Amino acid sequence: MAGFSITGGRVIDPATGLDAIADVHIQDGKIAAIGELPEGFTADAEMSIDATGQVVCPGLVDLSVRLREPGAEHKGTIVSETRAAASAGITSLCCPPDTDPAIDTPAVAELLQQRATNAGMTKVYPLAALTVGLKGQHLAEMGDLKEAGCIGVSNAMMPVENTEVLRHAMEYAANCDLTLFVQPQEPFLGRKGCAHEGAVSTRLGLAGIPEAAETIAVSRIIFLMEITGVKVHFCRLSTARAVDMVQEAQARSLPVSADVSTHHLFLTDMDILDYDAQCHVMPPLRSQRDKDALRQGLASEAIHAICSDHQPHEPDAKLSPFAMTDQGISGIDTLLPLTLRLVEEKGWDLSKALGMVTYKPADILGLPAGRLRVGDDADICIFDPASHWQLTENNIRSVGLNTPFLNWDFTGRVSYTLINGKVVHTSINN
Amino acid sequence: MNNIQLHDNGRLRHFIGIEGLPRHLLVDILDNAESFISVADKQVKKAPLLRGKTIANLFFEPSTRTRNTFELAAKRLSADTLNVNISMSATTKGETLIDMLRNMEAMQCDMFVIRHGESGAPFFMAQHVAPHVSIINAGDGWHEHPTQGMLDMFTIRQHKGADFSALKVAIVGDILHSRVARSQIHALTTLGAAEVRVIAPKTLMPTNVESLGVHVYDRLKKGLEDVDVVIMLRLQKERMQGALLPSQHEYFQYYGLTNEKLEVVKPDAIVMHPGPINRGVEIDSEVADGDRSVILEQVSNGIAVRMAVMSMILAPKTNEPKKDKH
Repeated sequence: MAGFSITGGRVIDPATGLDAIADVHIQDGKIAAIGELPEGFTADAEMSIDATGQVVCPGLVDLSVRLREPGAEHKGTIVSETRAAASAGITSLCCPPDTDPAIDTPAVAELLQQRATNAGMTKVYPLAALTVGLKGQHLAEMGDLKEAGCIGVSNAMMPVENTEVLRHAMEYAANCDLTLFVQPQEPFLGRKGCAHEGAVSTRLGLAGIPEAAETIAVSRIIFLMEITGVKVHFCRLSTARAVDMVQEAQARSLPVSADVSTHHLFLTDMDILDYDAQCHVMPPLRSQRDKDALRQGLASEAIHAICSDHQPHEPDAKLSPFAMTDQGISGIDTLLPLTLRLVEEKGWDLSKALGMVTYKPADILGLPAGRLRVGDDADICIFDPASHWQLTENNIRSVGLNTPFLNWDFTGRVSYTLINGKVVHTSINN
Repeated sequence: MNNIQLHDNGRLRHFIGIEGLPRHLLVDILDNAESFISVADKQVKKAPLLRGKTIANLFFEPSTRTRNTFELAAKRLSADTLNVNISMSATTKGETLIDMLRNMEAMQCDMFVIRHGESGAPFFMAQHVAPHVSIINAGDGWHEHPTQGMLDMFTIRQHKGADFSALKVAIVGDILHSRVARSQIHALTTLGAAEVRVIAPKTLMPTNVESLGVHVYDRLKKGLEDVDVVIMLRLQKERMQGALLPSQHEYFQYYGLTNEKLEVVKPDAIVMHPGPINRGVEIDSEVADGDRSVILEQVSNGIAVRMAVMSMILAPKTNEPKKDKH
């Protein structure tokens, strides 16, 4: 079978530091070579892509995408959300286990992956439930779930109340060689809250979630790591203090990584001042100081990855007084645009920033993805770094229109997404 | 955030919260309320200002007293009134809230008076209401209860004069869960009170409350020193059930207002309470019924203030903003 080439683009492979104008050659769905045409390679000129003026980088890897299937198909489906992900340059995504039913049996894990395979878009990697029904009482069949394709374990947004159960779950996960994904939230503190506890929640009369709800949960996990030996990934850090604690644990060589959502890098509790339900998220948007520390944490590599924390909703889910609305932002469309905006705002190195949405999350998930490595699947994102556009209800690809970034202006737009060497999305009209 | 409350010309469109409203508007409300006090003294207690208008009371939380004063205020302005009591269990979804709004609009209501258990509910409804319909907040969650706040200002003005700049005011009790306290704080700071103090145990004090422009005290006696006005807040009985307070007895011992604790206030200080009072919980009967108490005046002033707000929104021609005044 003939291959094809992506020619003339600025090829960035953050994992190796490669950043040069080069051709990428693809054959049989794999990356065959970068640069010189490999011997015996016959390129199909019809299929080749002219990427002059564009950036060619690994397809994005998103650590947290709610596909809403099974259980909440009115908010989104595997077909709709993997298609949206593909059009946003995301070629692999990780799906938390809080579907309905939860991913606590191999059957659910297999169903999800089968449907994703049928959809033929972004590759889907599920996390297994840590406990049955995410109830925090009985261990889920982590071994079987791993064999069924789950690449880590998590209790999603349901903190395990019983520390004894948590300890054993962590031991058992370690035994299965599974990374534990934890969204740190103390089970009781701020449980009824819906906003960062501070001047804004006081002003609005909203029940607060204190910083300590996160820091206590982080320290609880870190101390249990020491006696259980499990590898932990902290999801969606939101406070400056938690970033420090994770950094300190890393300095002690504990196997701990962390991510942050795009919205926590751009919004603060000030954004809920007019009860904007689009900014109702968990963990809550916190202070300016926290936001700055999260950005700093990325720069210092205490936080490894940026994710979309994609949670699509139907419009009615946000049509209520603030506390009564469903939390979550539809973030898949803005993962790359907001990451590029960080580059623009902070003067970050483009390659370094792209690393936070490509090989670093792939490493956390243990996936051979997020790189432009010869022999790897040709999962590639090509974007025009100079294209200006505005996010509107018309160009959001996710079914969920629930985003506070509506009408924001962005620079940089995906022109092609390739998965296994196949163009699954293009914005170029031929 | 409160711009939604104003028309482009600065006139009142909704009354959702005191925060963000200009001082001259608050003074207008008080001045207008003054003029309605005389209506109450007449044999025929009606003014024809809102004839042909329909005002619906939408109460998502049980309330008798506040709803009654709103209803009386509307009737004294000759408006038609409609009372809708909605149990929270029947409408827990915003969809229903919006549906209900549309239904009420179809009945050609001109104004909704809303009480709701969730902070921000009246703001939410104001965002979705038809252009000809206005919203008055009759209390939302822990956020604001602006007509209560204004009637308290009216009562203070009756006793202390229109100039608030020398006044020290202490608000005592469950600040954390109190929409009344937030409205009072915004009103007092906007009207230029010299000092606003909040006094409560730490469990009932909101985080960063000093950002609202108040001084924080956790000891009653210290906080009451030299104040001109003492405002007691109602302590909900259910606060005793959680881990916020050990007992009613201990709360009264440390934060209950007694004549003995009042020894440190200004000689002519007044004592207020938005009601209904819990005798022996936050206030001693001797104080509630004593010389300093203006609690009953607050209730009758409540009608005049609500008349003022309703007429400023629905019959604005006679109440043009007096921009030159301040």
